[in-house]
Amino acid sequence: MTRLLAISKKVALELFRDQRTLALMLLAPLVVITLMYFIFDVNNDMDVRIGMPDTIDEQFIESMPDEVEVVTYALKPTLSTLLDNDDLDAFIDVNDNEFVVTYHNEDPSQTTAAKQMIQATVQNVTRDSANEMFESMPGDATMPNMDITENYLYGDEDSTFFDKMFPILMGFFVFFFVFLISGMALLKERTMGTMERMLATSVKRSEVVLGYMGGYGGYAIIQTVIIVLYSIYLLNMTIEGSMVWVFVISILLAMGALVIGMFISTFANTEFQMVQFIPLIIVPQIFFSGIIPLDNISDWIAVIGYVFPLSYAGEALTEVMIKGHGFAHIWQELLVLVGFIVLFTLLDIFGLRKYRKV
Amino acid sequence: MTEKVASLVDADKFFFFKQVLNNINLDIYNGEILGLIGPSGSGKTTCIRCLLGMEELTEGQSYIFEQKMPHRKTMNKIGYMGQETALYESLTAHENMTFFGKLKKLKGEELTHEIDKNLELVDLSGARNKIVSQFSGGMKRRLSLAITLLGQPDIIVLDEPTVGIDPKLRRSIWEQLRNLRDSDKALVITTHVMAEAEQCDKIALLVSGEIHDYGTPKDLMNKYEAASIEEVFLNLEVTT
Repeated sequence: MTRLLAISKKVALELFRDQRTLALMLLAPLVVITLMYFIFDVNNDMDVRIGMPDTIDEQFIESMPDEVEVVTYALKPTLSTLLDNDDLDAFIDVNDNEFVVTYHNEDPSQTTAAKQMIQATVQNVTRDSANEMFESMPGDATMPNMDITENYLYGDEDSTFFDKMFPILMGFFVFFFVFLISGMALLKERTMGTMERMLATSVKRSEVVLGYMGGYGGYAIIQTVIIVLYSIYLLNMTIEGSMVWVFVISILLAMGALVIGMFISTFANTEFQMVQFIPLIIVPQIFFSGIIPLDNISDWIAVIGYVFPLSYAGEALTEVMIKGHGFAHIWQELLVLVGFIVLFTLLDIFGLRKYRKV
Repeated sequence: MTEKVASLVDADKFFFFKQVLNNINLDIYNGEILGLIGPSGSGKTTCIRCLLGMEELTEGQSYIFEQKMPHRKTMNKIGYMGQETALYESLTAHENMTFFGKLKKLKGEELTHEIDKNLELVDLSGARNKIVSQFSGGMKRRLSLAITLLGQPDIIVLDEPTVGIDPKLRRSIWEQLRNLRDSDKALVITTHVMAEAEQCDKIALLVSGEIHDYGTPKDLMNKYEAASIEEVFLNLEVTT
């Protein structure tokens, strides 16, 4: 136990002295999360610019949502020039009681937003016309109430795409930095000869692996605390569930990243080779983490997601942070994460046989 | 009284199809300094790594204190210094010593005493709180040696211990190594420096993975009609 603690302390002290790596581990996630917060928040409230002839019904223009900037034209210009030069997302013309909409479509997400807003406007106008029709009818004919009351099972009307991404993003940063830094640290131990020196004492191979887990575990907790507090107090993110479970999931994920990083480092001889594993180990995890909807992909590809710990951590963090659930809803994910840790810890201990067979 | 503390018996080692050790039989005694000398690539480092069980033998056995190696608990009786300095550059000399001392199960006053004693031995007491990355190459080697000697190991195995160390300090280190020998420790040292080889009690001449000759420096000089071990070594290269 003393030796295990000595290794944990050494790992923690080394990282503490390496200020640049420490800053990268603790501050880089905040910079990227902030950038993504603003990028995805803006995209959610897209401003749309729509052009139309000035002969169009005034009521139609007034029914447009607030996010739409309407530009009217006295003469119908050449559409391609207009859409390009005036930075319009769509141009609406009326032909024989039919709306003819031409979309710029350089950015499909802007087109989708423009489409939704035009459809909503058409529905509003149609409803208002129906109202007028009912009012002009004799007797007690009344227009049924068309107002929509919107309720949300999770989150509220202000929920953005970033809200969905945030739990997964947090897990991703915990995984990425712990994986990379621990893998590099182990590689350095091997290339500098310190691993050999450690194992030239009576220290157990398991003590080396567990000592590393202890040392990095502390930083994983600090990293998670910083990300969570920053997101709550500066980005105004809401965490519906218990913070305890957020930390439990993050620490298990960090431990998983650590033992996988240590395992992968045994296949690399230089730091450059270690970096080459990122496209293979890290990038696919982003695809299967839940950030990208995978409802329609083939089953056989979806199966790949089961081999990545970030899929389980992302799912569990979403359950806690967005849905406010607790242990009853995340125990399976936690179990799988523990399974990953146990499996790769054993593989790491076995891998150190390269330096000492017993 | 000298006793056999370690041995390699009929040891063969292959790296894939390349044989790097061929039928090595070597006995190591306490109170004795054994020098392994030979040209680069002759198998000196592989030989000591196999002796310690850090490298698996293809054939044959390695024993330390009658225990078949590798044996984890026996490692605590060994002080090993490889060719790399193997230090944590972002830690101080004292922190490096403390860490490896704890791995050797030293603690409390015993640990403090061992650190002080060995830092003094390699003349690094004044630099104990200095970060290792600020050390010169020679200082790193000395610190590495100090770590090796922590815990008073019974067998001390040093792979090129005095590379990069100035002649004055080298002399002082050899004096300490002789003191260790006199206190009944067994030392195995690989070296390229022939003048150092002459300070060993026994020498094993290793050529192409085989022990070409073995004996005291005096015996070998007589046998090869040479005035120094360097001459023995040169004659050996001519004849092989």
